[in-house]
Amino acid sequence: MSINTKPPKPVEERSNVVILFAGDSGDGIQLTGTQFTGTNALFGNDVSTFPNYPAEIRAPIGTLAGVSGFQLHFGSVEIFTPGDQCDVLVVMNAAALSANLDKLKPGGIIIANSDGFDKKNLRLAGFIDAADPLTDGSLVNFQVHAVDVTKLTRTALEDSTLGMKEKDRCKNMFVLGFINWMFSRENTLAEGFLEKKFGKKPDLLEANRKALIAGYFYGETSETFTTRFEVKAAPLPKGTYRAITGNQGTALGLIAGARKAKLDLFYGSYPITPASEILHELSRHKNFGVITFQAEDEIAAIGSAIGASYGGALGITASSGPGIALKTEAMGLALMLEIPLVIVNVQRGGPSTGLPTKTEQADLWQAVLGRNGEAPIPVLAASTPIDCFDMAFEAVQIALEHMTPVILLTDGYIANGSEPWRFPAADSLPEIKPPFIAAREAGTPSAAEPFLPYARDERGVRPWAIPGQAGLQHRIGGIEKQDLTGNISYDPRNHEKMVRLRAEKVARIADRYKPIRLDSGPAEGELLVVGWGSTYGAIRTAALQLQKEGHAVAHVHLRHMFPFNKGLGPLLKQYKKVLVPEMNSGQLRQLLRAEFLVDAQGLNKIQGMPFTSEEIRVGILNTLKS
Amino acid sequence: MSTVNGTSEMPGQARSDKPEKVDFSSDQEIRWCPGCGDYSILKQVETLLAQSGKKKEDVVFISGIGCSSRFPYYLDTYGMHSIHGRAPTIVSGLRSVRPDLSVWMVTGDGDAMSIGGNHIIHLLRRNVDVNVLLFNNQIYGLTKGQYSPTSPEGAVTRSTPMGSTDHPFNPLALVKGADGTFIARSMDRDPKHMREVLARADAHRGTSFVEVYQNCNVFNDGAFEVFTEKASKPDHVLFIEHGKPLLFANGTKGIKLDGMTPLILNFSTGAHSADDCWVHNERDGFKASILVRLFDDPRLQGAMPRPFGVFYVADRPTHEEKLQAQVKRAKEVKGPGDLDKLLQGEHTWTIG
Repeated sequence: MSINTKPPKPVEERSNVVILFAGDSGDGIQLTGTQFTGTNALFGNDVSTFPNYPAEIRAPIGTLAGVSGFQLHFGSVEIFTPGDQCDVLVVMNAAALSANLDKLKPGGIIIANSDGFDKKNLRLAGFIDAADPLTDGSLVNFQVHAVDVTKLTRTALEDSTLGMKEKDRCKNMFVLGFINWMFSRENTLAEGFLEKKFGKKPDLLEANRKALIAGYFYGETSETFTTRFEVKAAPLPKGTYRAITGNQGTALGLIAGARKAKLDLFYGSYPITPASEILHELSRHKNFGVITFQAEDEIAAIGSAIGASYGGALGITASSGPGIALKTEAMGLALMLEIPLVIVNVQRGGPSTGLPTKTEQADLWQAVLGRNGEAPIPVLAASTPIDCFDMAFEAVQIALEHMTPVILLTDGYIANGSEPWRFPAADSLPEIKPPFIAAREAGTPSAAEPFLPYARDERGVRPWAIPGQAGLQHRIGGIEKQDLTGNISYDPRNHEKMVRLRAEKVARIADRYKPIRLDSGPAEGELLVVGWGSTYGAIRTAALQLQKEGHAVAHVHLRHMFPFNKGLGPLLKQYKKVLVPEMNSGQLRQLLRAEFLVDAQGLNKIQGMPFTSEEIRVGILNTLKS
Repeated sequence: MSTVNGTSEMPGQARSDKPEKVDFSSDQEIRWCPGCGDYSILKQVETLLAQSGKKKEDVVFISGIGCSSRFPYYLDTYGMHSIHGRAPTIVSGLRSVRPDLSVWMVTGDGDAMSIGGNHIIHLLRRNVDVNVLLFNNQIYGLTKGQYSPTSPEGAVTRSTPMGSTDHPFNPLALVKGADGTFIARSMDRDPKHMREVLARADAHRGTSFVEVYQNCNVFNDGAFEVFTEKASKPDHVLFIEHGKPLLFANGTKGIKLDGMTPLILNFSTGAHSADDCWVHNERDGFKASILVRLFDDPRLQGAMPRPFGVFYVADRPTHEEKLQAQVKRAKEVKGPGDLDKLLQGEHTWTIG
């Protein structure tokens, strides 16, 4: 589109900006956010996002329960988190303002759809006596821009034959157009998106495009806005990028793993927030030999994945906490069978149904300890959306090469969050080599040897014989088995031996890890921050800042939760204090204390919301002082 | 004598010219109680497999938990003794990726009808190609004698000293309700009948569900003796054959369908004959729904006889066929997956 350029308004340069879009869950705010994110990423900014949904699909309009948010942090500098506090708050109604005002920096900008601040909206949002904050002076510490988005959108669509309801649905495009103007971005990407989405519905396409352009021009011509902002491209490493969410990253990592092992991928899953996107993503890629199976329940989801692995495919299941709880018995079976299986837990707030759309890291004990009997299963944890790809791939590697179920922990925060990804070339990913064994055809010398399904190699790994292979018929099951033969055995000493063999096999997986590496900071000093999972960005930001201020603070981020990296014990000893920030009551801290007899301290937040880097910074400073 | 006719070829007969029978027994000592009905079923399955000409390595037995579920250990095929009630889930995944194998599932009344009830109905509606053998002994044997979901109301067991208060499942009615595509019943004490039913089940593509009345001589001895003992069998057992009238009591009685209601006809008065009787059509789904409901308590006066044989057969594509067809179509339309293209996604941008 060509932009009418009257006398240009002044442009203020910023290194990074945090913008939060908020509105009713039906306002299309997530779309505005993702489109603006795409535009900035394409421009060359580093970005990090955090969508925050209510659990209800459509809570009553205008209520606090119905507020949906999308936070974007973009910059000309490296970005590690979606941002603590926002510079700009875009609200579609009074409830969205009420729910998010505490996230706005003092002096920050509020862009409010004034139509969403009528008496009813104000009352629903909890403003006393339905007093309008946009006009009563209570927002004096912020820059408030009230725009009647509804009216302006309707005016722009005067000629459209669409009904009023459909016209009002274009409000989010008006807002996007306006924000594009405000941050000196073009509408090109959004226009392309609209063409793709509404290509077959010309009236909708036209209306949305008009609203988008109207929003842009409103910024240009309206007297209220005197300043535009400019966030220059970030000095990101050279290369080709795409945007990726954590759940996409997980799905792609799993497919890449299967491909590198030359196996078909079977994904058994039952719908659950926030893991369902993995199922959606995988179901789109059947041409990679991906079979997705929406099972009747969580148990069937894992059972079918075990069956598929037994048949010689890569069996995978995913869920979130409550679903993982249901899969527990079958996880025990998989470890007794010693067959490959990947179990992804996209953690959410618990216990029980808990907080389905909010994030938490409280399933670590469940993953490491939560099974009957002595049931060691390797546990990996992803720290960023990109890391979801890397860890999913590694989960597949370990499962297939060590004949074991593997648990991968991600969480709602990184599963839904996105960041730019300099994706790898397929060739750069290592081949995966499962311990297949050759068939023993009748009449050949090998056919005379008895097949021992539980004979182990030097890593303690048993061979993978799959149905259809001649001469390798064998029976496996959940009952304790005799060493080597796999036949049922109740012999007391054999049981102890098998428990130890299974434990040793899993312990030896640590042999394949790369040496432990600090994320930042000195190799010894005052304090080591030990993080895991999605707290990565907040801890990294805080640690870098404190290092700049001269504190001897280091940060290590764990990806192998069980078994631990062998270098972790010695590393912990290099610091006077150890601090473990977690979105739980201290689950990793207890594991570290138990394993290494280290006096680890906790920094814990259990609010269904991620840490801000400021919270981590203050936590570190307090620990240093104590 | 009983026979099981059918439209499908019987593998046992078709391949009887094979020179040598393959021994499907494993080297494991069988640990069922002496006198258990399971021995008879194992023997018939072994015989069928040997006659069928299958290769041992192409056969997989999946079981859950319970006495019956030890079955896979006794056969020299591939086998998995999984967890309680979940065998259908394992089967569904295995079948999805391996349509080439012969897959069998062994389960019991507790395993399939109680803890695994949810999975069974979904296995059936999906029509996963598997031969399901339900060993129904109306008792929990492995846990030493509690009532099961097929135990009759009032059953006095170790967990129900005053009698069970639960109404039992009619397993085949449940299977019909879940749109099972092959529904049959047999009994441990009639090996020939069982072998024929098993052969039919094996030949069917889709979920073949065979309920076998199996005597637990330790915890529920004689549960089915009215159907298996020579003296009472003729009056209580109705062997059903495709295309033949429903006759029992050595051909002196038959079943007539009066509207939707089955009635017993006694030929001794001369007023009725076999010509008046309901002719079994195993392809008739509506009538099969009535036939599976012939489930009277045999102790009641005037009780309907219990049908044995193949109740119903339907042709419906199997679940794995449909899954694999989607994969094939996706490969045709999109080409075999290009990992680089996948990682690249739809929108990229370049820096530098």
